[in-house]
Amino acid sequence: MLTLYKRRRFINWLSLSISVCAMGFGLFWLAWILWTLLVQGLPGINLNMFVQNTPPPGSQGGLGNAIWGSLMMTTLATLIGTPIGILAGTYLAEFGHRGWLAPVTRFINDILLSAPSIVIGLFVYEVYVVRVGHFAGWGGTFALAIIVIPVVIRTTENMLRLVPNSLREAAAALGAPQWKVISFVTLRAARAGILTGILLAVARISGETAPLLFTALNNQFFSNNMNQPMSNLPVVIFQFAMSPYDDWRSLAWAGALLITFSVLTLNIVARILFRQKSNTN
Amino acid sequence: MNAEPIANPKLIVKNLNFYYGADRALKDINLTIPEKMVTAFIGPSGCGKSTLLRTFNRMYQLYPKQRAEGEILMDGQNLLDKKQDLNTLRAKVGMVFQKPTPFPMSIYDNIAFGVKLYENLSSHEMAERVEWALKKAALWNEVKDKLKQSGTGLSGGQQQRLCIARAIAVKPQVLLLDEPTSALDPISTAHIEKLVDELKKDFTIVIVTHNMQQAARVSDYTAYMYLGDLVEFGDTSTVFTNPKRKETEDYITGRFG
Repeated sequence: MLTLYKRRRFINWLSLSISVCAMGFGLFWLAWILWTLLVQGLPGINLNMFVQNTPPPGSQGGLGNAIWGSLMMTTLATLIGTPIGILAGTYLAEFGHRGWLAPVTRFINDILLSAPSIVIGLFVYEVYVVRVGHFAGWGGTFALAIIVIPVVIRTTENMLRLVPNSLREAAAALGAPQWKVISFVTLRAARAGILTGILLAVARISGETAPLLFTALNNQFFSNNMNQPMSNLPVVIFQFAMSPYDDWRSLAWAGALLITFSVLTLNIVARILFRQKSNTN
Repeated sequence: MNAEPIANPKLIVKNLNFYYGADRALKDINLTIPEKMVTAFIGPSGCGKSTLLRTFNRMYQLYPKQRAEGEILMDGQNLLDKKQDLNTLRAKVGMVFQKPTPFPMSIYDNIAFGVKLYENLSSHEMAERVEWALKKAALWNEVKDKLKQSGTGLSGGQQQRLCIARAIAVKPQVLLLDEPTSALDPISTAHIEKLVDELKKDFTIVIVTHNMQQAARVSDYTAYMYLGDLVEFGDTSTVFTNPKRKETEDYITGRFG
């Protein structure tokens, strides 16, 4: 009796220790990355970084044009991708139980979800950049939107599936047509989860480099023109970090720190939103 | 089976069969539901009582593989007729479910949601309607100061009364209650039973229940079902004190089920 109990205690202790070690291993690298980022990036963070444009080597400058370009393209890509994603996700969750269209869509969406982003960049390069003849902000926006769509589709469908059927029945029992049931009851019930999914999609695209390299490329100057090449943080980081100039490399670190903390903030906001949802239900 | 004819029928069920795919869940049901009375469906799990209830508002149509054959007449019109508009039917036949299902919106909007589907009320009229429904459901005093708060924040018993208020706010003719108290504590159950007694002045009520004492307490007529058959139907005191069929007696006295 006692030996069995001791054995269980030991196995429990052992598996707990292994789990803690595994977690420590993962956290160690994460902490190291964040620490390096902070040490290397913090000196470059100042007001000039936000207002001045990317400089030629050896002169003073900032990341203003890159920050603005990233904001523009990320925002537009989210605005394009979110409605498509929500509508398609709603279709899959609410109408997807009959016919072949939904399973096929779901399958393709899964492929898109795990497609390497460089492939998406190449695709937009072929169908857009080659046709218009030059790199452009719209190209970057489209590429990012294509990354947003599958993420939003997946979270929307999953969140709608979590809404109990009894809620749909209750609304239908009042005589509400299906579009009202969906837009006023089920989507509302799932809204915190869907919003979380959108924020995670934004977090995902704000660090994407490969699709922008083929589409928006880069721009030395501040630009609002979406039909022209557009500067953005990931590509600037890519270029500056590989350069031999110290001032460029320091700006690249500052940009990397900026992106990381924006993504971290978005993730925290997403978690808080999702927790609020779990509390009310 | 139908011993004495019912004087004031609201719903007349004729040769009703119901299928889940290939499974026949209701077998040639013939039944008359009297107006402004409470009719209870009792029977062991899987006997088809909820299935029968869900044919009255064609709830089964949400699911592609379920279908009903036969006739259900309400005021002479066949509800199962394909020409019968589904949403108009559900405006006339309200339903309350086993688990409370408040919508993710304020208490006020929970009630107003259904009313807005059919009626164009001014905000003043709507406020009156909401108050009327909440008073009917004996919930007004508990929520009158927090109508703007979320309906999901109420207790289970309050949520269920909110659902009843929501169902009666559209002024249906028939109210279907599908085990409305099985998720509630005894005090909330007593509240709802008292409410059913009040509501039958205005509505025809059909209640499915697992609890035989509840059926005996609240209903005027009782139907006992078993494996998709309607075994016995009659006024509640006869069914409970002097059942005609041995199966009914066995179930009621607890020798079976």
